[in-house]
Amino acid sequence: MQLAFTLTVCAFLIVPVLMSMTAGVTLNYMTGVSGGITTQWVEKVLTDYRGPILLSLQLAIACLACTLLLGIPAAYVLAKRQNAFTRAIEELLVMPVAVPGIATALALIVTYGSSGSFRTSWLFILVGHVLFTLPFMVRSVLAVMSSIDLKTLEEGARSLGANFTQRFFGIILPNCSSGIIAGSLMVVTLSLGEFNMTLLLHTPLTQTLPVGLADTYASLRLEVGSAYTLVFFVIIVPLLIAMQWASNAISQRKRT
Amino acid sequence: MAPVAILFAAFFLLPLAQLVVIGGSGKLGWSAYLAVFTETRYLKSFIATIALSVGVTFFTLIVSGITGVFLERNRFRGRALLTAMLTLPLAFPGVVIGFMVIMLAGRQGLVPDITDLIFGERLVFAYSMAGLCMGYVYFSIPRTILTVMAAAEKLDPRLEEAARSLGAGPFMVVRDVILPALKPAFLAAGAICFATSMGAFGTAFTLATRINVVPMVIYTEFTLQANVAMAAALSFVLGGITWAALAFARSLSGSSVAASG
Repeated sequence: MQLAFTLTVCAFLIVPVLMSMTAGVTLNYMTGVSGGITTQWVEKVLTDYRGPILLSLQLAIACLACTLLLGIPAAYVLAKRQNAFTRAIEELLVMPVAVPGIATALALIVTYGSSGSFRTSWLFILVGHVLFTLPFMVRSVLAVMSSIDLKTLEEGARSLGANFTQRFFGIILPNCSSGIIAGSLMVVTLSLGEFNMTLLLHTPLTQTLPVGLADTYASLRLEVGSAYTLVFFVIIVPLLIAMQWASNAISQRKRT
Repeated sequence: MAPVAILFAAFFLLPLAQLVVIGGSGKLGWSAYLAVFTETRYLKSFIATIALSVGVTFFTLIVSGITGVFLERNRFRGRALLTAMLTLPLAFPGVVIGFMVIMLAGRQGLVPDITDLIFGERLVFAYSMAGLCMGYVYFSIPRTILTVMAAAEKLDPRLEEAARSLGAGPFMVVRDVILPALKPAFLAAGAICFATSMGAFGTAFTLATRINVVPMVIYTEFTLQANVAMAAALSFVLGGITWAALAFARSLSGSSVAASG
């Protein structure tokens, strides 16, 4: 009984994914796979929406770089100094995730919307993505940092004459690599799929992959929308699987 | 730490403050915030969104509860795969989830095909409230299932055996033993689910019907009516609600992961 129910829930989540993936390569959705298989829709998407796809990848990588540079030091400070002030900071950092993306986007637009060149550049979207993904990087790294004994490790290194730079890159970073990897995968996945904020932040010249998706769903035939979704899945599903694998690795290490 | 603080102050706190000010600078002045609760159109949309989110939350918790406890209790081949499949849509954007609903219940979808076979009638509900609910449940299950599974892991089977040996039926065991033990996890997962549903935008955007969830109202106020002040006021109230729900979740579990829906 319960197994049947679980399988139904699974089917509910997975069947439409598979349906859209096959629809993206069929000649005509109404006749189904038997009507013939084609790559013409995928090719159409790859030529027509090349810009948005590349921009999304560019955004995701830039976003990852920013969150690594900002997030790891922030997590380090939060892990070292645990007091009311740092807890308040932690609480604040999570706010962009708690507040709906559309509200954050609106706030950014009313503040910086009038500064023309910034508003129309892709950096405007990047700011939104960094705000939204930073908490995931910080939390992920912080979780690992607070599970290892930073203090002992650092004191050991210091007593052997390592300076701060050596300690940070030689001791701290390698020890929380699992958190950094998990956080990085999360940041890239979320940035690639971000829509709520990006819809308001983007301009016709800075269209991203998910915004393009909405565009095809609304105006083009089902096969093209499916093909575009297929392209998106091909990019995002390996990342999601890697993410599950990374979080499993962390929880297994914690158990042993 | 300093760079984070600067970035954060410049690009989040300042804009948020600006949002509050803009909200009070329109035709209505500060009473725009009052209009959120007095103007029928906005109030209705808030009530509809809250009702939708509460309904979706309850339904998701029931589904995730049954599935999560089952997956945690039983070890079998393919269990890891099932768990992986259930959490896979975690980072799908709302637009894609809207499209998944169209795949299932849209004009050329699977559900209409099935009802056509059985009842000879095509049941298309993707573009209605039911379709929206379906989409929201779709993105809520992956967000709640892991929390439920983690809590189910700590359930003590001996308590259930004791209850059974004292004559409790299956229903009573679930009601008096399992549910109370899972309550904190349900509250935390439920709050996350509720907050995500309140702020979700992409799904409603793709299904694009007459459904007026608050994020859609904000979008139309801003883009079509150019009523920035009202959009700001609505955003601020909506943000307050979701933030409060998530703060509640964090106070219970100490951690919350909620990605946009």
